[in-house]
Order: sequence, then structure tokens, then C-alpha cells
Amino acid sequence: MKLAVGPLLYLWSREEIMAFYARVAALPVDIVYLGETVCSKRRILTLGDWQLLAERLVSAGKEVVLSTLTLMESESELRTMRHIVANGRYPVEANDMAAVYAVTEAGGPFIAGPHINTYNQATLELLSDLGAQRWVMPMELSRDTLMQMQQKRPDGLQTEVFVYGRMPLAFSARCFTARNRNLPKDDCRLCCGDYADGLSLGTQEGENFLTLNGIQTQSGLVCNLLTELPALDELGVDVVRLSPQSQHMEQVIGAFHDVIQRDVRPEDAQEQLNVVAGKEYCNGYWFGEPGMAAR
Amino acid sequence: MASEKKVELVCPAGSLPALKAAVDNGADAVYMGFRDATNARNFPGLNFDAGSATKGIQYAHERGAKVLLALNTFPQPENWAQWTQAVDLAATLGVDAIIMADPGLLRYAATTHPGLRLHLSVQGSATSYDAINFYQQQFGIQRVVLPRVLSFSQVTRLIANTDVEVEVFGFGSLCVMVEGRCALSSYVTGESPNTCGACSPAKAVRWEEDANGRRSRLNGVLIDSYKPGESAGYPVLCKGRFEVNGQVDYAIEEPTSLSLLDRLPDLLKAGVVAVKVEGRQRSPAYVKQVTRVLRQALDACLADPENYTPRPDWVVQLDRVAEGSTHTLGALDRAWQ
Repeated sequence: MKLAVGPLLYLWSREEIMAFYARVAALPVDIVYLGETVCSKRRILTLGDWQLLAERLVSAGKEVVLSTLTLMESESELRTMRHIVANGRYPVEANDMAAVYAVTEAGGPFIAGPHINTYNQATLELLSDLGAQRWVMPMELSRDTLMQMQQKRPDGLQTEVFVYGRMPLAFSARCFTARNRNLPKDDCRLCCGDYADGLSLGTQEGENFLTLNGIQTQSGLVCNLLTELPALDELGVDVVRLSPQSQHMEQVIGAFHDVIQRDVRPEDAQEQLNVVAGKEYCNGYWFGEPGMAAR
Repeated sequence: MASEKKVELVCPAGSLPALKAAVDNGADAVYMGFRDATNARNFPGLNFDAGSATKGIQYAHERGAKVLLALNTFPQPENWAQWTQAVDLAATLGVDAIIMADPGLLRYAATTHPGLRLHLSVQGSATSYDAINFYQQQFGIQRVVLPRVLSFSQVTRLIANTDVEVEVFGFGSLCVMVEGRCALSSYVTGESPNTCGACSPAKAVRWEEDANGRRSRLNGVLIDSYKPGESAGYPVLCKGRFEVNGQVDYAIEEPTSLSLLDRLPDLLKAGVVAVKVEGRQRSPAYVKQVTRVLRQALDACLADPENYTPRPDWVVQLDRVAEGSTHTLGALDRAWQ
């Protein structure tokens, strides 16, 4: 089972992004997804910058995938997506059918991202026929559904599961971070950049509920399937995805790596991780329960 | 000339009486769903079985109205057969089109029933002409219902770049998120529009009342609280009041309805072929009221788009049945975004 670092979902500064991927280059991950998937107004890095980062990561022995925007509304967003598809070197994670369209027109391999709604084997077959090399399971599907998907998975199609991080749950035309700051989206001043792990939304009773990340809404709790890695392995999952958070990513990557390598028992790895990252997690979707539930 | 164009008014039919109300009050088409999770309004007491669907289709067809069937949720391996059977049944019943979202199911319908007209549901999340052209190329869809995320200029440009017909929501409850890409409901309750055809399902709702007022909960999570006497709405989870940065407010969206009444000429000019009314979960009285107003508005707009202005009594009638008794243009207006 390979370990992947998913696309960075937050707006960090250029220095923070460079420092993060410099660390990732030295860490035991196999695949790194690069690019902006949330908001086209975030232009801290150009496609050229991402490609430069990609070169460095490849030099460090990583497989690189270029990710595309999830919600595409404007002509300029389509143009950027087409540039990414035409990069000529790296496979592309398609996060919208517009990208699937572009990538199949170009005849290239692609990864069907978590926001392509792959809920059944007929869709798996379609994606495989179109040239997908891997699919990422949607956030809300369970272990039992995955088991059935795996049984009828087309030959050669890999499966990837989101196993760590705040889950991207919804996208909107509206920017909720700008709304909180009383700024119109057209003059958002990139205020989402003030929140390295998104802006916390709590209930009136103080319960950590959701995370606002610009036009994206994430889970309040971090999803964590560390102790389920043996089950994922048994189901034939090829890749597990860790979504970048600003804190403790080295320890998180280390913990998942150690369990995949069978160097450390999952429960022990979890206990060690709890010491640095705390015990507040969710994993309900995996068990067929509400996503925010924890077992 | 926009005025020579026919624009379809597509109205919700959650039940046979609602279907009749829509047809009798000027709907060009109605849309309905079967009584199960195969459609995105899977609510207790709503929708059609084969018998009532047959009656509804006959009623509509005799009066010159079309019937569209929503099969717009995402089947999973354990219930795949239920969805394909629903497609087969729809084909047998003689509906005028099926409204679908799932790529695998679209492929099934396109190959098994090649003569059947396919519309891409709003749940299909197609927000660009590239995405729409993908569904056209793969499955031959003839119409798309746009998610409520695009501005007027984006809608116009999209229409100019596809020959798939475009349908937009003209009135009804406002979904703030891109439809088909929102798992907030399952995060809280385990059920979402994609998986179960329900957002913030009624069975997860609990109301509490004491001397301090009322509180609405969704699977235990506090969605909103109301002072004594304050009017309270259904706890759709994105329309509650939450705390962000120390402020308690409608952090995502307030209870409000979408209404494009003010901008109908712009929609027609952009080349929209159908205007849809949301609300299969609403009463026949709502359907009657909204259909009647939208019919008058569309006719007035088609007859003389240059001089069209919404009549004040239309606005009053629509606000009366609107969520939160108020309305917005939603994403079509950049300021809303």
C-alpha cells in the first residue's frame, strides 16, 4: 500500500508551501498531489512554480500528480485546467467532469479525484474505459461499500482512500471566510490565508462542527483511519491519502508509514500520535455511520 | 428574438394533487420521483408508485404537459438493481425524459434505452460547458439543469458554448452548495442527497422547548436556537446559526428562497430553454401558487421582454410561500457570492 500526500487544501504563504514540500521530499511518502483544488483566486504559486516543485519531488523519488480545481465556473478556470492537462509529463487528478473531458480528449491517463462521484461499479467501469488509472473513494462511502466496489473493480484500476485530515465535504459559489469577514468575494483579500487549517465553525453550544475554507466546507474533526490500515490493506486498497494539515504532518506521515511497513502495531502508532496530535478524530463514514462519529 | 422563443416552465410534482395543480395552472412540464431513495426528495409520504405515476402521466399528457422523472441519486453496489429497475420502469411508463446524475446509471440508461431522452440533473454538478459536453459525448444528454453557483455572465457564456439545452432554477429553496457535491448532511446524520435522496432528513430532527425558547437539533447537533416568540424554520443544516470567530450568525446562509423573477429577461436573452421551480416536498397549494405566478411572469416576459417588470403582487405571493419569507438571486448576483 502506497502513501500519498493529497493536494494542499488551504492557502499558505509561498514560504510555508515551499518549506512544507521540502519536508515532504524527505519523508517516507510515495505520491504527492500538487496544485490548487479549491479556489482559482489563490495564485500564490503559478503552474510553473508547481511544476518546479514537482521536479524537486521527483528528484527525491516521489511520484507526482497534478490536481485540478473542483468547482469550475469561469473561462479562465477552464483554461488553467486545460494547461494542467496538457503538461505532458505528470498524470492529472481530475476533480470535475470538465477535467475528465479534457483529459480523455487528450488521451492521457488520469486519476478520478474524490469529487468525481464514483458510487458504484458501473461508474468505475466507465472511468476505467476512459483511461483512469486510479479512483479516489468519495468521502461519504463506507468500508462495506468499498468492499463491494473492490470485488468488481476493473482490471488495472487502482483504489485510493482518504485516511487523514479534515474532509472536504462541500463546495459553493460563495466564500464563507470572506462572508465572516464581511468582505465580498470579489474583494476577498485572500483572507482564507489567515487560517492555516481553515476557520473553525462551532455550534452555539461550542461544539467543533465544521471548518470554513473559502468556498469549501470541511469537517470540523480530522478524519483518521490509522487503526483501519490493516482492513484497508485487506480490501486491496492501493493508495491511502493524507491531507495536509499545518500541524504534526511529519508525525502523521511517520505513523502511517510505520503501520504500513508493519513496524508498529496500529494501536500503538495511534497512541503515540495522540500524544502530539490529540485524541479528537472522526471515522464514522468508514463504519457506515454519520461522518462526524468516532469509533 | 427572445420573444419568439418558447421557454418551458417546469414545476414540482411531489404527489398526484401537486401534479394536477401544476398542470392546471400552466406548467409546460412537471417532474416527479418514485417513492424511494432513487430521487433527491426521498421524504415520507411523497412521490409516486407505478400506479399513481401512470395516472399522473396520463393526466399531464392529456393536457399537453410533459412529465420528467427524477432518478437523480447515486446508486451504490448493494442497491444498484433498484436504480436500474427504476430506469426500466420509467421507460415503460412513457415519461418524456429522465433526470439523472450518476455516470454509471446514465451509461446504463443510454445503452439499454437508447430512445429515452436524458437530462442531466442539478445533482450532476455540471458547472461548465466542458463538463456538459462530457455528458453529451458519453450519454447523449439533451438538457442540463445548472447548479445554483453561476453568475449571469457565466451562464451566458456556458450556453454559447454548448448545444445541450440549459434549464435553471427560477424559484424555490436555495441550495448554497454545488448540488451533488455536498456531504454535510451525511456528516451529521449519515444520509445525504447523493446516497439517500435527503438533506437534513426529518427523522434526525429534534425540537426542544423551554422557558428560554426553542432549539432545533439534527442528530443531536444544535442547528439553531430561537427566543420565545421568534419564528423558527426547518433545521436545514447549512441555514442554522453558528459561532465563527466569536460571532453567532448565519455563517453559511440564512433561511431564504431563490427567486429570479426580477431577471427573467436576462435568462431568456442568455438562451435558457426551461425555468424550474423547486419544491416537490411542498404542498399542492404552494405548487398552484408558484406555478400561477411564474406562468404569468414568463408569459409577460416572453411577450415583451424590453418592458417586463415583475408585478408587485407576484413578489408578495412568492415571498409568502418562500423559505424565510424572503428571496435572493443567489449566485447569479456576484454580491451574494
